[in-house]
Amino acid sequence: MKWDEFFVTGEPMIYAAMVSIVLVSVAIVGSLTYFKKWGYLWRNWLTTVDHKKIGVMYIIAALLMLFRGGVDALLMRAQTAVPENGLLDGQHYNEIFTTHGIIMILFMAMPFIIGLMNVVIPLQIGARDVAFPRLNAVSFWLFFFGAMLLNLSFVIGGSPDAGWSAYFPLASTEFSPTVGNNYYSLSLQIAGIGTLMTGINFLVTILKMRAPGMTLMKMPMFTWSILITSVIIIFAFPVLTVALALMMLDRQFGTQFFAMQNGGMDMLWANLFWVWGHPEVYIVILPAFGIYSEIISTFARKNLYGYKSMVVSMVAISLLSFLVWVHHFYTMGHGVMVNSVFSITTMAIAVPTGVKIFNWLFTLRKGKISFTSPMLYALAFIPIFTIGGVTGVMLAMASADYQYHNTMFLVAHFHYVLIPGTVFAVIAGYHYWFPKVFGFRLNEKLAKWAFWFIAISFNVTFFPLFILGLNGMTRRMYTYSASTGYGPLNMLSMVGAVGLTIGFLLLVYNIYWSTRYAKRDTTGDPWDGRSLEWSTPSPVPEYNFAKTPVVTKLDAFWFSKKENTSLTEGEYEPIHMPNNNGQPFIMGVAFFFFGFFMVFSWWIPAIIAGLVVLGAMAYRTFEKDHGHHIPVDEIERTEKALRGEQS
Amino acid sequence: MKQLFPVPHVIGFVSSLLLSLIALVVVKFDLTFASGMTILGVTALVQAGLQLFLFMHVGENEDKRSLMTNIAYALFVGLVTIFGTLFAMLWGYNMI
Repeated sequence: MKWDEFFVTGEPMIYAAMVSIVLVSVAIVGSLTYFKKWGYLWRNWLTTVDHKKIGVMYIIAALLMLFRGGVDALLMRAQTAVPENGLLDGQHYNEIFTTHGIIMILFMAMPFIIGLMNVVIPLQIGARDVAFPRLNAVSFWLFFFGAMLLNLSFVIGGSPDAGWSAYFPLASTEFSPTVGNNYYSLSLQIAGIGTLMTGINFLVTILKMRAPGMTLMKMPMFTWSILITSVIIIFAFPVLTVALALMMLDRQFGTQFFAMQNGGMDMLWANLFWVWGHPEVYIVILPAFGIYSEIISTFARKNLYGYKSMVVSMVAISLLSFLVWVHHFYTMGHGVMVNSVFSITTMAIAVPTGVKIFNWLFTLRKGKISFTSPMLYALAFIPIFTIGGVTGVMLAMASADYQYHNTMFLVAHFHYVLIPGTVFAVIAGYHYWFPKVFGFRLNEKLAKWAFWFIAISFNVTFFPLFILGLNGMTRRMYTYSASTGYGPLNMLSMVGAVGLTIGFLLLVYNIYWSTRYAKRDTTGDPWDGRSLEWSTPSPVPEYNFAKTPVVTKLDAFWFSKKENTSLTEGEYEPIHMPNNNGQPFIMGVAFFFFGFFMVFSWWIPAIIAGLVVLGAMAYRTFEKDHGHHIPVDEIERTEKALRGEQS
Repeated sequence: MKQLFPVPHVIGFVSSLLLSLIALVVVKFDLTFASGMTILGVTALVQAGLQLFLFMHVGENEDKRSLMTNIAYALFVGLVTIFGTLFAMLWGYNMI
């Protein structure tokens, strides 16, 4: 292999990216050394098993990936803003829409949600950490190094370029000869293992570690949504694992699973991909439903309308989500029977989703609504998401789908579902739970400015795509001639994309502004919340709850405030906590090198890195680490410092 | 010594290897399709049982309800994936 095949060459933008990567790395290493922060970084973050810190790291990584994916999106919109544009060539455009999709779904939406659930779930159920804290750290580092491996691809070796769905035969070595799709199979595999472990971890946490008295039907709705999400993760991700392994075998070991000859079946990839891919949509949307339920009931000052029907509809969605995958490739040429069956199951999902929409509306009815920034996102979500849902039902009709399939109409539809559904939700949740983690609220004025920029620009960006799609513009085309008439609406969409950028920059500027100037919250309950996380002081101490709360009903904390009763009783007892450990991080690094060597089929180094991974697991098997106890007097001191004298 | 030596695990491990060897017969010898599939099906079922009982300890769970829910859900997803794939990719593909 020559050097110019190893590094991506010939693109001024890529050279600029290489230079900036080197400069940023030097700056980070330099400032860590100068300010003597290496020890702090290692002890407090890289080795942590604290669910709150792991959650924060997930969210920081997700925000960084949001900007990486956002730059991809801006480049795409800029390229298509005018006809016959020469900003990007076809190959570069292919790589950009591919990485945009992968990053936004798997390295932005997923970690943002997993970050929020890490921060919130143990607090909401009155637990001191997740069931397997060390495994949780392993999950994070596998996600992180999987994401880094994929991001490396655009300077070393070339990015995947066959779309985020990587359909065969296009993704085979015959049509995608670069190592790009090797990056795809290996980085998603590594991150996917991490996600699978998160699913198991949170299922066990929610089933086994709830505070005394909190039966399943007394759990906050966000916890319910994460329980269902964990179940879907556990059953859907193994399919991705298998599909990616088959892809790797096909591309690097000469098997013929997805080949067009020798008994292979190219569309089997599409089939397996969507068997995972459709449940994946619900993995990112159900937590969003949970977040909105929390926010709407908090800021309407009412309990959630139709709690039981919310739970039943989520369980129904979790089962139905496994029954609809074929609607992603109606046009493959199945018989009428297949398309009819999957049409009906797809439309059936609209029923439980509709139940949830009406429950939120009835929760708002006659509520005392306060228009805080999280609430604004929740209120904007309802109408915008409904547009996305209704166009989804249009796409669900198999015969009509022959018209819409792979047009910009589809692109507009899934952005109308995923952005108000997932992105608005995680931003709303991030504003809502920010004071719990850091002890101060983000500035409301800046947050509202960001909200209006994002909400309006979102519609300006994506509504024109519905019309473009109906006019016949297909997705993934890197340019078009002026005579098609696609120019003006694409330009409008570009304007919206700039507005979205301003909105997201305001969002990040708000972190800086609020860190410096925002008033510190001393109550621990700045929004007048309903669930247990608001009964802890902010920022939350390492052990979460000094005494385990006892729950008797739904929204127990709300009623304890109203009735002036205490959720805890008894004396402080020593608290048993897990020890920090550097092994998950080291294992992540080993996985990263394993993946990287595998991408280039450098077998000997790959085997060595793989042995390090196995060695780490073997070491863990024989390791005896029983954690530590926090003594009573230290708990008393911490509680006094955080809550003042009254506790 | 009896407590230190995990007898069920070793039995499970050895029988897993044995079952894999039996499955290898299908490749190594010239069998009819039906008999080959029968061997694979039977060994796969026994293998799944071994994994569930000897390594995942389903028999030791006291919470029967969540265990049954879990197994039912797994069966549902597994069967839907297998038969749905066959339906979409083979049986339904040639239907008009």
